[in-house]
Amino acid sequence: MDRPILRTFIAYVEDRPGVLNRVASLFRRRAYNIESLSVGRTHIAGISRLTLVLEADEDGARRLEANLYKLVNTLWVRDVTHTASVARDLALIKVKADATSRAQVLQLCEVFRARTVDVAPEALTIEITGTGDKIEGLLEVLRPFGIIEMVRTGMIVMTRGAEEAEARFDSIPVRTAENGAS
Amino acid sequence: MKRTGAQIIWEVLVREGVDVVFGYPGGAIMPAYDTILGYPIRHVLVRHEQGASHMADGYARASGKVGVCVATSGPGATNLVTGIATAMLDSSPIVCITGQVSSKLLGTDAFQETDITGVTLPITKHNYLVTDVQDIAPTLREAFYIARSGRPGPVLVDITKDAQQASIDFEPPKGEVRLPGYRPSQHAVQTDIEKAIDLIDEAERPLILAGQGIVRAEATRELLSFVEKTGIPVASTLLGLGGFPATHPLSLGMMGMHGEAWVNNAIQEADLLIALGMRFDDRVTGNLKTYAVKAKKIHVEIDRSEINKNVKVDVGLIGDVRDTLLSLIPGCKQRNRGPWVERINLLKGDSAVRDIQQLPYNDKLYAAHVMHDLWRLTDGKALVVTDVGQHQMWEAQYYKHDHPRKLVTSGGLGTMGFALPAAIGARFAKPEDEIWVVVGDGGFQMTACELSTCAQEGLKVHVAVINNGYLGMVRQWQEFFYNRRYSATPMRSPDFVKLAEAHGLTGIRVTKREEIAGAVERARATPGTVVVDFRVEQEDSVYPMVPAGADLNDMIRRPSPIVETGEDP
Ligand SMILES: Cc1ncc(C[n+]2csc(CCOP(=O)(O)OP(=O)(O)O)c2C)c(N)n1
Repeated sequence: MDRPILRTFIAYVEDRPGVLNRVASLFRRRAYNIESLSVGRTHIAGISRLTLVLEADEDGARRLEANLYKLVNTLWVRDVTHTASVARDLALIKVKADATSRAQVLQLCEVFRARTVDVAPEALTIEITGTGDKIEGLLEVLRPFGIIEMVRTGMIVMTRGAEEAEARFDSIPVRTAENGAS
Repeated sequence: MKRTGAQIIWEVLVREGVDVVFGYPGGAIMPAYDTILGYPIRHVLVRHEQGASHMADGYARASGKVGVCVATSGPGATNLVTGIATAMLDSSPIVCITGQVSSKLLGTDAFQETDITGVTLPITKHNYLVTDVQDIAPTLREAFYIARSGRPGPVLVDITKDAQQASIDFEPPKGEVRLPGYRPSQHAVQTDIEKAIDLIDEAERPLILAGQGIVRAEATRELLSFVEKTGIPVASTLLGLGGFPATHPLSLGMMGMHGEAWVNNAIQEADLLIALGMRFDDRVTGNLKTYAVKAKKIHVEIDRSEINKNVKVDVGLIGDVRDTLLSLIPGCKQRNRGPWVERINLLKGDSAVRDIQQLPYNDKLYAAHVMHDLWRLTDGKALVVTDVGQHQMWEAQYYKHDHPRKLVTSGGLGTMGFALPAAIGARFAKPEDEIWVVVGDGGFQMTACELSTCAQEGLKVHVAVINNGYLGMVRQWQEFFYNRRYSATPMRSPDFVKLAEAHGLTGIRVTKREEIAGAVERARATPGTVVVDFRVEQEDSVYPMVPAGADLNDMIRRPSPIVETGEDP
């Protein structure tokens, strides 16, 4: 039987006002709970790339892909759940650390290859990138010291190898009054 | 050529072939209203913007072209919403042009500002906010292209007042519209076509489920050839009626909640369903767990996201229905499916005795009589626009549609108040057709203000009000499922004959079956819009009925056999 599992989608969309709203609205309307959604520019002007993580079964995933394609501003979509890929999340963690505990916190950071980005008398701010698991791991060991604040970017994912996703769609041509959208 | 944004709107519309728009003016759209006087476009002044979006929709459904409505910002735009949602659920191509406050005021809660692109995001195929005069022409072209291509749907273009007022050197846009992320046409994969052909050739008890996609794709001829070659009987969805001739021997009629019993039973007995341009709506399938469990399924659909949405299928053919039929026909074997057709005819016989038409004459006027007689008297050739409720189902059961685009009805959203304005839209699409509005006393009162539009425009439509003194369909549910507790369904109405007369139109009252023919003749002979108030049996119900969520063959049948007892149903 088909079980819902966490799925990861990559989508390339036109960088236009409201596009993110359209994507989010699509999932809200279909009663999906988005685990993580991150959006940013690509190296091509006018094109944004988003990584979306949510729970869905096989059919649901296929339909979500089709529904994403239905959005007029969507250029290319792929379900990369079962594709070898590199996944990264970035977290900033502000943790309590005074003179007595600071060394211990720094040592833990080193083990997790996290970086210290700010030092205050009572706290440290730590930056860590990695898979969700790795970040959860660091959080777990820092929790006893007292976490003051945390922020995460959400997953960004890129498939392995030399495949060029962008090759699959036309780049966005410049709009002029004469040629309309062509 | 220097042109203002307001002029560019009509420049583009004229080039898109638009000759009529339905709308209502107001502050934020006044520049456009000022300039329309210089263009060969007829503007129909509606009485409520909901009427404008339904009219654009009715125009689109009757003609196959894009319908256009226009409204001002804020309340004008929000009044369009019900019509837009109706068009969305039935895939009707309309373009809505709304005025918006000036771009400098956007986001300030300015007078009559509404974020209409936000409001209509989930009920449009796509929408735009245009703040720059440069973008008006390309955006409107895209809007028409998106509305009519692929799976059609409503597109809204919201244009700020300052963009309408600004001017530029305008060159009409040329060439094809190209949108980088939009690929409306797809073709089914060849190996899937072959799989489908194998399933079709092997099937002993196959059925075609014909949906609105047949009509939208202009595939009625192809469907006919497919049926004549394969001998497969055709069941229709409500919106598919007319996509296959109802009087053809292999036409079974409507399926689903109020579909004929033999059709629903045949679906449950079938070993193959070939679904063409339909989406297995819950009103059509009943309980999904028990739906056509013996049947393999082939689904032909232009919208990929519909495949496996409600019903798991064995073969999904994504693409235009007409295209796909053309690929299937040559490969399929010529076959006569005699035993299967005989079996279905046996099922039909059982239903015939329960038909209300078999009821001995008892001095009462039944809605079914009205529909049947209307079908006879108009030779089955009228364009019928229905509202939502019992009368809609009786129309679907008793008016036999042989031609596409002759039934206009709100299927997906089930919008009361749709019929009269949609018929006005259809009037402009089909100037030669005889048009009948079939509407309940409840739904009629939701948009009866558009009678005034009919009068002002000098339009001829015939309005058959099926007046049962109740919100009939809800009353029927109360009768069946709520112990006859008629909460908020008895409805007092104004005198519809006088209401027509108050608009300078003609009203006729009918209380007996013998009067139907005379009334229809009089309506036809009278210039302008005529309202016929059919005072029908008040507590009649639509049979058969599959209760919501029940198995498709678990139908409530008309108490039987009425021929023997002669009792009221
Ligand atoms: C705008 C809207 N409101 C409510 C409903 C729910 N509804 C469906 S049928 C119906 C009753 C319709 O009554 P009437 O127009 O008199 O037609 P009848 O069923 O009697 O033929 C109602 C209230 C609806 N479909 N649309």
